[in-house]
Amino acid sequence: MLNIVWPIFIIISFSYAILSGNIDALNSSIFDSTSDAVNLSIQLLGTICLWNGIMKIANKTTMIEKLTKLLKPIMKLLFPEINPNSNIHKEISMNMVANILGLGNAATPLGLKAMKSMQKENENKDTLTNSMAMFIVLNTASIQIIPTTVIALRSSLGSSNPTQIVFQVWIATICAAIARNFCNKDIYKIFKKGEMTCK
Amino acid sequence: MQVIGFISNLAMPMMILLIVIYGIAEKSKIFDTFLEGAKEGLEIVFTIFPTLVGLFVAIGALRTSGIIDLIVHFITPILNIVKFPSEIMPLAMLRPISGNASMAIATDIMKNYGVDSIFGTMASVIMGSTETTLYTIALYTSCIKVKKTRFVLIAALIADIVGIAVSVVVCRIMS
Repeated sequence: MLNIVWPIFIIISFSYAILSGNIDALNSSIFDSTSDAVNLSIQLLGTICLWNGIMKIANKTTMIEKLTKLLKPIMKLLFPEINPNSNIHKEISMNMVANILGLGNAATPLGLKAMKSMQKENENKDTLTNSMAMFIVLNTASIQIIPTTVIALRSSLGSSNPTQIVFQVWIATICAAIARNFCNKDIYKIFKKGEMTCK
Repeated sequence: MQVIGFISNLAMPMMILLIVIYGIAEKSKIFDTFLEGAKEGLEIVFTIFPTLVGLFVAIGALRTSGIIDLIVHFITPILNIVKFPSEIMPLAMLRPISGNASMAIATDIMKNYGVDSIFGTMASVIMGSTETTLYTIALYTSCIKVKKTRFVLIAALIADIVGIAVSVVVCRIMS
């Protein structure tokens, strides 16, 4: 994606700056930006290392497995087509718990594994099943309890209270998650109608 | 307001405390595990650093060249209808496309208007409550070589719009 976006940014902004005679500002912004990147990375290092270390501890305990049990009622609602005693069910719930805890590194491999297991039972190999679609849409939601990266970013930029946004993030996440759920179900119905009329 | 601030501030220390207690209850070499993870954190920062340099230069150039002001100038009347702050628009547009680019833009907004300003807070909440939708969809569909993704993209993008809109509204109400 960045292979397209990045050159567009460079070409548009550089040619606009040259055409509008803004070259001095452009020159100093080039050097400022590179040192900004260095400063930000150094300041992010501390928080990211700390959080990764803490999360590694969580990862090695049975915390994820225990928390998946709490998800059972939600899972039934979201994935009615999946057998609650199957392995797929377990993989999906573990991915969700890892996402909620903010264990990005653990969530992605679990999620890919769940996708592969679901694909095995998929009869139409080049089309997503309902459960797969729901699963992907859930993974595009940022359902983590603590938005660590943003907090790290805020503290590195000298915020007087970096964690103050946590509550607002929860509200926005919950609203988006509800929208996600409704969209998914309703758009699915529309699609189903379309497919039926096509036949 | 004070209660909300208290909950926000309590979330992170509570989670660390719980994980450490849980870790002690189950495992003996807890600090070794911590070090292992922290080392991985080091690698994460090293791997994103080249991306950040490239994107910071591009986004810095976009801002200083005046092109962002130009675009914002044109779309402000449209955004005013729905009362969406045009300062946040570049972030809202890039957020679903690229995680690193949106992080660079969010940093830019926080620096320009102040981290604790209304726009800085909005940028933070947007970054915290949304994901890199297109990347996630590409990753999960390409790993099993599915071509027909049906309604997934539309549903996810609508949800992103809702998330961003709610972020803006919540920050307005609470500040």
